Amino acid sequence: MRTSTRGSRRLMALAAVAALTTGLLAGCAEDSDDGSSNEGGGNGGGGKTTLTIGTFGVFGYKQAGLYDEYMKSHPDISIKENVTTRTDVYWPKTLTRLQAGSGTDDIQAIEVGNITEAVQTQADKFVDLGKEVDKSQWLDWKNTQATTKDGKLIGLGTDIGPMAICYRKDLFEKAGLETDRAKLAEQWKGDWGKYVDLGKKYMKKAPSGTKFVDSASSVYNAALGGETERYYDKDGNVVWDKSAGVKKAWNVAMDVATSDMSAKLKQFDKPWDQGYANGTFATVACPAWMIGYIQEKSGEAGKGKWDVAAAPTAANWGGSFIGVPTAGKHQKEAVALAKWLTAPEQQAKVFAKQASFPSTPSAYGSLQPASATQEYFSGAPITQIFSDSAKTIPTQYLGTKDQPIGTAITDIGILQVEQKGKSPAQGWDAATAEIKDVLGQ
Amino acid sequence: MSSPKQALAHPASSADAAPGDQPGAAPRAHGRGTPPPGNDSWRSRLYRWDMKASPYAFIAPFFIVFGAFSLVPLLYTAWYSLHDVQLANLDGQTWAGLKNYENLLSSDFFWNALWNTFTIGVISTVPQLVMAIGLAHLLNYKLRGSTVWRVVMLTPYATSVAAATLVFVLLYSWDGGMINWLLDFVGIDPVNWRESDWGSQFAVSSIVIWRWTGYNALIYLAAMQAIPADLYESAAIDGANRWQQFIHVTIPQLRPTILFTVVVSTIGATQLFGEPLLFGGVSGSKGGSEHQYQTLGLYMYDQGWIIGNLGKASAIAWTMFLILLIVAVIQLLISRRLRKSQ
Repeated sequence: MRTSTRGSRRLMALAAVAALTTGLLAGCAEDSDDGSSNEGGGNGGGGKTTLTIGTFGVFGYKQAGLYDEYMKSHPDISIKENVTTRTDVYWPKTLTRLQAGSGTDDIQAIEVGNITEAVQTQADKFVDLGKEVDKSQWLDWKNTQATTKDGKLIGLGTDIGPMAICYRKDLFEKAGLETDRAKLAEQWKGDWGKYVDLGKKYMKKAPSGTKFVDSASSVYNAALGGETERYYDKDGNVVWDKSAGVKKAWNVAMDVATSDMSAKLKQFDKPWDQGYANGTFATVACPAWMIGYIQEKSGEAGKGKWDVAAAPTAANWGGSFIGVPTAGKHQKEAVALAKWLTAPEQQAKVFAKQASFPSTPSAYGSLQPASATQEYFSGAPITQIFSDSAKTIPTQYLGTKDQPIGTAITDIGILQVEQKGKSPAQGWDAATAEIKDVLGQ
Repeated sequence: MSSPKQALAHPASSADAAPGDQPGAAPRAHGRGTPPPGNDSWRSRLYRWDMKASPYAFIAPFFIVFGAFSLVPLLYTAWYSLHDVQLANLDGQTWAGLKNYENLLSSDFFWNALWNTFTIGVISTVPQLVMAIGLAHLLNYKLRGSTVWRVVMLTPYATSVAAATLVFVLLYSWDGGMINWLLDFVGIDPVNWRESDWGSQFAVSSIVIWRWTGYNALIYLAAMQAIPADLYESAAIDGANRWQQFIHVTIPQLRPTILFTVVVSTIGATQLFGEPLLFGGVSGSKGGSEHQYQTLGLYMYDQGWIIGNLGKASAIAWTMFLILLIVAVIQLLISRRLRKSQ
């Protein structure tokens, strides 16, 4: 007995040492591989250039097979994606690395909420892509958001978030509402207030355990996405408390929060995912990227029950850019890859897989959603709906602290009214205090 | 204990005596390869140098790592806290003096976070330690398969904070969570765990309690097993029942251990971060819509990494550090008191 335990202990120690050593050796091998490719200038002598792409969430490049496709046509390139799931973790990390001038990926994704901060504070850390691409491929407002005052383009547009409303046809039917997508769109056309009114009608005969919408914040974001003026004016001054757009969206959200039509979920939370699975809400403001999300979270049970109708107003919610940091070792190769990934043909492929909507209008004619998606959303012409929305989205002026201000309004102000029963005035005051803290006032 | 210290304090004068100065080796010992004294050869000089320098070399790794990853950041944070620094513009710092601290002390959010840290600390630490003692006492009985029970106790501690918290988020979910379902079963209205003031603090505490109770129980168990059995025997002869033995023998004997766990738990509670952050889900660093469970750690994270105000975040970090120092001093005083009273 005694010897056998001692023997096994020695074996374990040996295994541990072996594991550690292999780890070290693997680390070395990786390093030297990287080093040799540097010396080789990136493409020769059999050494592969490894390009890394830093992203958050799901970008769909891997899912659509774009990396494999690129590596096949460029045998000297290998691509590695570093995904950070949460934006609020991804962006601070990226900011510090950009400023340290090391540790950045060869290509770095930038969320639309952070693009102004990147343009205003990090422009010198990014390669000017304006000279590398034909800018007219992209929507004008998309380029504008990533362009500095002196005309430097620091990021190429990936997707955008044109808005629609996704709704559960089966629940609408049970509540005695119109289920035809064209007629529905007509009922709330032009005004988010009409959408809320329909919600009140829904709640009168709502199937038990269901609400009209997932959260008041999502309605707020959707409504704000159609306004020109958000938290900053076009000269970059903070105007959130005077902004007509914010006021309008806030009032709509308050109407939702105080009339018991919301499932009171927080978007991107686990319970929200469950809400999809259990069918606890009948509609959700639906930017194009939400299509893939609904399919994934609602699962097999939701198949054929969802439908898509045009939103009250054309609006944009979300969307990203990819930029090439100057600290990267393989800038030339990275620029080529970024160009290729954001070209209309590739954007169309991502749309087919993930329904992330292209930021390049020339792709719109050839968009083809996957047949599974088509089936899932009752054959809704999503390409048509999102394209129509995309073409009329107004240019929005974003600011450096757009994201934290938005969070303060939705996750403090609106949430207090929606979940804690505070009055809209109290909610507004709480959001005001929070934003003052954010802005250091 | 005093002999090695002396060896370090006067390394030059006691060079010859140094090898013998080690505890357990009497002063006369010149063994273990010591060359005869007086021989000033190269070899003996090397040997003497070795004796003087080696201990420093042996302890150096810790102090180098400590310096690089603790001391330098600590001082750098102090420097940052006296400046206006934005995360997006690390090089463009401007001198702010004590402005960040003034700003902090006049901020409702800071006092709120401090208070939350305290209340969550109390409602997680106290029940946790009481339950741990109780469990340890039960485990101390003769049980079949006692190792299994002990391992099971330690499993929550081995679970990652993230995994545990995500499960708890689902349990406490407002809509369709198991806890509300159970409450409904016994006829109590559902609680919005995440947004109610005490509900959310209770929920966060329950995660902490779940994770750490077993860990503390094992520490108590180890201490209990070191209590001499004859104490219990004589207590039994005196007619004390199990409960009286627990109160009059076990608890007093555990006193230093209890103090240790209190210190460790207090430090842990002051730095509470992962559980409330993940419990809050998206925008968890706000600690709820009214900051009802925003701890100091979360407030610092929110200021520094979400809002990007690194100067103020550094001021919070230093304030936390000072608070911990004060707590440590208080605990030192208490433990000295206890030792004297024994």
